[in-house]
Amino acid sequence: MNKVIVKICMGTTCFVMGASELQELTDIIPEKYGDKVEVVASTCLDFCSSNEESKAPYVMVDYDVISKATVEKVLEAIDGKLKNGQE
Amino acid sequence: MDKNNQANHLKKEILIKTIKAFLSDDFGENTRLIPFEMRPKGSEVPYRCCIYKEREILRNRIIATLGFPIEGCDERILLSNYAKWAQEREKPDEHTLTVLESACKGCVPNRIFVTDLCQGCVARPCLENCKFGAISIVNGKSQIDSSKCKNCTKCIQVCPYHAIVKIVVPCENACPVDAISKDEQGHARIDFDKCITCGKCVSACPFGAIHEKSQIIDILTKIKQGKKVVALIAPSIAGQLPCNIYQLKTAMLKCGFSDVLEVAQGADVTAKNEAKEFAERMSEGQKIMTTSCCAGYNNLVDKHLNEIAPFRSETKTPMYYIAEICKEKHPDAVTVFVSPCVAKKSEAQKNPNVDYVMNYEELGALFVAHKIELSELEETPYEIESSREGRNFGITGGVAKSVEVADNGKSEIKPHLVNGINKESIRALKNFAKKGECEFGNLIEVMCCEGGCVGGNDCLNNVRTATKAINEFTKDSKPIV
Repeated sequence: MNKVIVKICMGTTCFVMGASELQELTDIIPEKYGDKVEVVASTCLDFCSSNEESKAPYVMVDYDVISKATVEKVLEAIDGKLKNGQE
Repeated sequence: MDKNNQANHLKKEILIKTIKAFLSDDFGENTRLIPFEMRPKGSEVPYRCCIYKEREILRNRIIATLGFPIEGCDERILLSNYAKWAQEREKPDEHTLTVLESACKGCVPNRIFVTDLCQGCVARPCLENCKFGAISIVNGKSQIDSSKCKNCTKCIQVCPYHAIVKIVVPCENACPVDAISKDEQGHARIDFDKCITCGKCVSACPFGAIHEKSQIIDILTKIKQGKKVVALIAPSIAGQLPCNIYQLKTAMLKCGFSDVLEVAQGADVTAKNEAKEFAERMSEGQKIMTTSCCAGYNNLVDKHLNEIAPFRSETKTPMYYIAEICKEKHPDAVTVFVSPCVAKKSEAQKNPNVDYVMNYEELGALFVAHKIELSELEETPYEIESSREGRNFGITGGVAKSVEVADNGKSEIKPHLVNGINKESIRALKNFAKKGECEFGNLIEVMCCEGGCVGGNDCLNNVRTATKAINEFTKDSKPIV
């Protein structure tokens, strides 16, 4: 099974609009999922330039983009991916 | 309340849009349009009764962002006029907080309430334990007579069904000095004679109804006029943005600041002076000394806790020393203190060497508006590198530690940390003042916010990750002595 890749945008806009909270994910994810999920804090993913800062912070779970991301939203998306992968 | 919430998100969004409007070629008109841009015709109405109220509240939030009190604002005046006046103002408004009445929910008053979970049990511990005779049984269930209830919460503690709850007004509950309360209409009002400007109500209100009056437009106007604007960055900034303080300097220079100084450099002076003062006081027979660098605490002492004033260090704050150093070097400079909290605005108003205060949220919004990608920037060195201890001033225990290190073993220092001002810690401080001593230590470090300045109401990062980032950064800094 392929690993789920989570990218947390640590660009200026995402950080200011709330990605600071999302840094917790770099601890939570390895603890919860072990090596099934890889989490990286990324430089600007550039979603803020096309959309608006109002939808920041952004997180990518594989190729899905999560806007106004929260720790809970990201974990839910990961659970969804892992479940689909098993079926 | 957790920083990760929509009211906070909304305030930052408005800051970014207001700064973008300032940087555009028509500040007035683009400011006037912000509420319409954020809630265009036909858009969903996320929070209020209708789109018109949404826009009106956004308009009020923009007025505070432009630095004006919302209490006295006139609905007939266009935002473009406020934008114009903000640029013409010579001094920022005196009081730093303002209540947005139209956003204030008018929460139900603080009280103890028996919910439907009450099972009408036989034991009735609530009735038995109420010292004030406020509980009676009506139709087989407990009821509280609010005229007799003293909010002691004893009934809540003893109910086996957790059926009794305390209904709180978040702003009143957060205020450590009872400076905010509801007026006859049920809206929050701040009593500025009592207010210590700690900012706890700003963070606590779930409706985002308490605003800081921003000085960002004043600062941007000075930069635009070509003035020499120097930023003084508080030590707690180190964990607040996705960059180090050297990249941060580069970013600030890009935004038009002419120089950036670390307030930690001033903190080094504070630490050394405070260590000397501590030794003197102890040799004179005093048993305790409190620190004096926190603006919220200083306001508390001046307004509510005079009895502890004789034990408070006379040493000046890091802001004081760095602003003095800056004005000596550049007498013509406009100084901007970059702050984790609103309390420093009240300190700056009393200090002629500090012209403006910009908080971390405003700084972050400024970088977003300028489209500056912090992590990609080159580093710019500081003329004077501050010490590890000075750079640790913004985390709880950091100030006491710096005094200990600066003292270098000459005195017997036993620190006691007051990590956050609340009703309980105020009682404890009163008690230390009354006895002239403290059983837990002799150097009492007082931080108004939990966690230290990293817990300030204007911080972008949470306390845990911010503290970690500062520790990571300062471990390689030089020691103070």
